[in-house]
Amino acid sequence: MAENANNGQKNVPVLKLSFPITGKNFGAAGEASSRIKGTLQKIGVAPQIIRRVAIVAYETEMNIVIHADRGELTLTVNPDCIEIVAADSGAGIADRELAMQEGYSTAPDYIREMGFGAGMGLPNIKRCADKFDLQSEPGKGTTVYVRINLPG
Amino acid sequence: MEKYFHSVTLNRDECKGCTNCIKHCPTEAIRVRDGKAHILEERCIDCGECIRACPNHAKVAVTDPFDSLQNFAYKVVLPAPSFFGQFKPDIPPAKILGALLKLGFDAVYEVALGADYVTEAIRHYLRECYYSKPLISSADTAVERLNPVQCPKPLISSACPAVVRLIQVRFPNLIPHIMPIESPMEVSGRIVKAKLSKELGLPPEKIGTFFITPCPAKVTAVKDPVATQKSAIDGALSMAEVYSKVLVNLPGASSDETLQVASGAGIGWGRAGGENQAIGRDAYLSVDGIHNVIAVLEEVEMGKLNDIVYLECQSCPGGCIGGPLTVENQFISRVRIRKLAENLTKPFNHREEVKDLLAKGLFNGQGSIQPRPIMQLDPDISTAIQKMDELERTLADLPELDCGSCGAPSCRALAEDIVRGLASETDCIFKLRERVQALAEEMVDLSRKTPPAMGKKMSGE
Repeated sequence: MAENANNGQKNVPVLKLSFPITGKNFGAAGEASSRIKGTLQKIGVAPQIIRRVAIVAYETEMNIVIHADRGELTLTVNPDCIEIVAADSGAGIADRELAMQEGYSTAPDYIREMGFGAGMGLPNIKRCADKFDLQSEPGKGTTVYVRINLPG
Repeated sequence: MEKYFHSVTLNRDECKGCTNCIKHCPTEAIRVRDGKAHILEERCIDCGECIRACPNHAKVAVTDPFDSLQNFAYKVVLPAPSFFGQFKPDIPPAKILGALLKLGFDAVYEVALGADYVTEAIRHYLRECYYSKPLISSADTAVERLNPVQCPKPLISSACPAVVRLIQVRFPNLIPHIMPIESPMEVSGRIVKAKLSKELGLPPEKIGTFFITPCPAKVTAVKDPVATQKSAIDGALSMAEVYSKVLVNLPGASSDETLQVASGAGIGWGRAGGENQAIGRDAYLSVDGIHNVIAVLEEVEMGKLNDIVYLECQSCPGGCIGGPLTVENQFISRVRIRKLAENLTKPFNHREEVKDLLAKGLFNGQGSIQPRPIMQLDPDISTAIQKMDELERTLADLPELDCGSCGAPSCRALAEDIVRGLASETDCIFKLRERVQALAEEMVDLSRKTPPAMGKKMSGE
């Protein structure tokens, strides 16, 4: 499902990093997106792109922490684009349209009291993406795919 | 030939290679090689954290010797605002200035007064940028010079040279946020040279301006300025050194009140938060301590602090009073500076002069601040991706203990050094031990093998 510009060519440089995310672990929440941001800075990606990737990574990571028991965040850096895949085996999304609506959240009260679950995650992710794909099956899990193009 | 001047240097004889300093450096600029610390000059920002961390007094700040006064016909001393905080509260500031004059200087100019000027210039700039209508009249040439059309939020103070260099090295995208107004030290030097050269009929180069510095970063700002070709300050004297000379000269020093002209607000610049207090606007934030500054600048980079108009950042804890070359404990200094700030309220009578000086460009840096992005693996993104991949693979093989035995501050830093060709995997003591163990096992294995042609064991016959 993840589109990869590699197309099987072995000499195209690609960096792939995977981060396991533990659900409901608010202490560690945000660490994966921090690592992703640091990696892109070291590579020398333009700051405006890093900002968009950081938002996508953070929101998808938080979605896994808030709504699932576990999941995985994968970053793929290609020379022409950056891809983020956030996959979890949580409850899945019952109503896609509602989920994409700004302000709508299914986060439980105790999580909203912590300041999370404002209902802006998916809309923010979509806004930052050049390509956005959401696959979900209630009872099975959710996978979010985002591609952000690199200039030049 | 070194590309940069650095005030922070290593005294090799004192260095034990203990690796204490490498973890405190905010730009990971130190490595230990051949049993001695080594500072990577492109990364060093002269913040002096390693001076604080070194238990063997091996890290020192190079300052100008006192006898460099001899090179000038007319000598002016410019004490930093934090200087007053070093003395007991019963000593009036005017007397401290009087004692300075006894050391061989012809005149004294408080950098706190320069701070008063800079405060007014900043207020003017903020007024034009954020607090009045966006339409800027072309008649206001002073503001045009400062390019207010690029008014990012927050604006970051340029007063701390270590922070400016930190931004060049670690946050180059925030360079446009740096206030394009020079520091009080630099502005004071310019005012002194312009004023005195006119009054005395001397060329500016014959007037020696000497700053009393609380830190190494200011020394570097004098010798190797960032946004200016040549600093208007001729020398930086260590505050600790000048303090002892002043103490000796206090008895009998003139306590002429008129000698002390700077306002309390200007003196307040010596402590963290003082700059903001002097500017007196809302929507500001003050951060001190280089690691706190890094944490806040990371938020600024993410766009999270764009409701703040002005950000005061000081590398030293407590502000300049916490500098490595100060004498007094920063908390005691802070109380003294605060009391002086409260008691010495004076009206600022130079508003028109500031507007005039703004128009003349006295407050401007003469060039633009350049990035020093040494953090990137490679200028070409494809190569950088490849190297990053290699870095992650190398790191996966390291113990991730960040013990420092390899001389690098973390396993990640060692992995980066390896990828950059500056280190090898066996620098890691754990990897080395693994290899030795593997070799030892192979040796034991080999020693047990008897060649078929021999009937008995070789050893112990």
